[in-house]
Amino acid sequence: MEQVPILKIGQTLFVSIQIDLQDESVMRLQEDLADELAATGANGVIIDITAVEIVDSFIGRMLTMIGSISRLFDAETVIVGMRPAVAITLTELGLSLSGVRTALNAEKGLEILNGKT
Amino acid sequence: MDELRIRSGDDVVRVRQQVRNAAAENGLSLVDQTKLVTAASELARNTLVHGGGGVAQIEIVKSANGRTGVRLHFTDEGPGIANLELALTDGWTSGNGLGLGLSGARRLVDEFELNSKVGAGTSVMVVKWSR
Repeated sequence: MEQVPILKIGQTLFVSIQIDLQDESVMRLQEDLADELAATGANGVIIDITAVEIVDSFIGRMLTMIGSISRLFDAETVIVGMRPAVAITLTELGLSLSGVRTALNAEKGLEILNGKT
Repeated sequence: MDELRIRSGDDVVRVRQQVRNAAAENGLSLVDQTKLVTAASELARNTLVHGGGGVAQIEIVKSANGRTGVRLHFTDEGPGIANLELALTDGWTSGNGLGLGLSGARRLVDEFELNSKVGAGTSVMVVKWSR
């Protein structure tokens, strides 16, 4: 199983998913992020899915859960870089990713987090 | 016809990659490739989690009017599904998922056929046609 690295820059945790996600990797990421949030007190999480070719119902649910977990640590999650084909497919699948913010790219995601006071 | 075993999470990833390749090589648009690969991911996970593992087959088919399609078969010898209609309902789940796997996969493809026998296993066939 491959692991997704988490970077801390300022008060934000950055996650860029560059691997073909299998279920165990996503669950591991969820646990690692909760640990990092608790350890660092970061107040924002940016998850970059530019390289992610598909988001199915399991991955979608995990992303939503990461948003909920982050909120328990007073941190906001922004998912950035979703491919157009992924957005169309997710919608048809019936997933709305409610509870997490999305932004076009990492820069816009960071603006959302920085606007948070 | 390519046949792939599904016994682990890694195998699910491999199925997705092979389906992606087959879809791209046979002229499906990027959106249609993504839909088919997403459906394959849902169905391969079902085969693994609910069917206790099984087999995926990838086949290239031609329609009467000359269109090319990618047909996928997922077969397991697991416990089977007692109520097919219920299993295809949005939001109905046998586990702790969202209940969008089967019903969502059906929406993402052009043809969908589900057969199951309690105690004998489940097979799902889907097709996505090039436009």
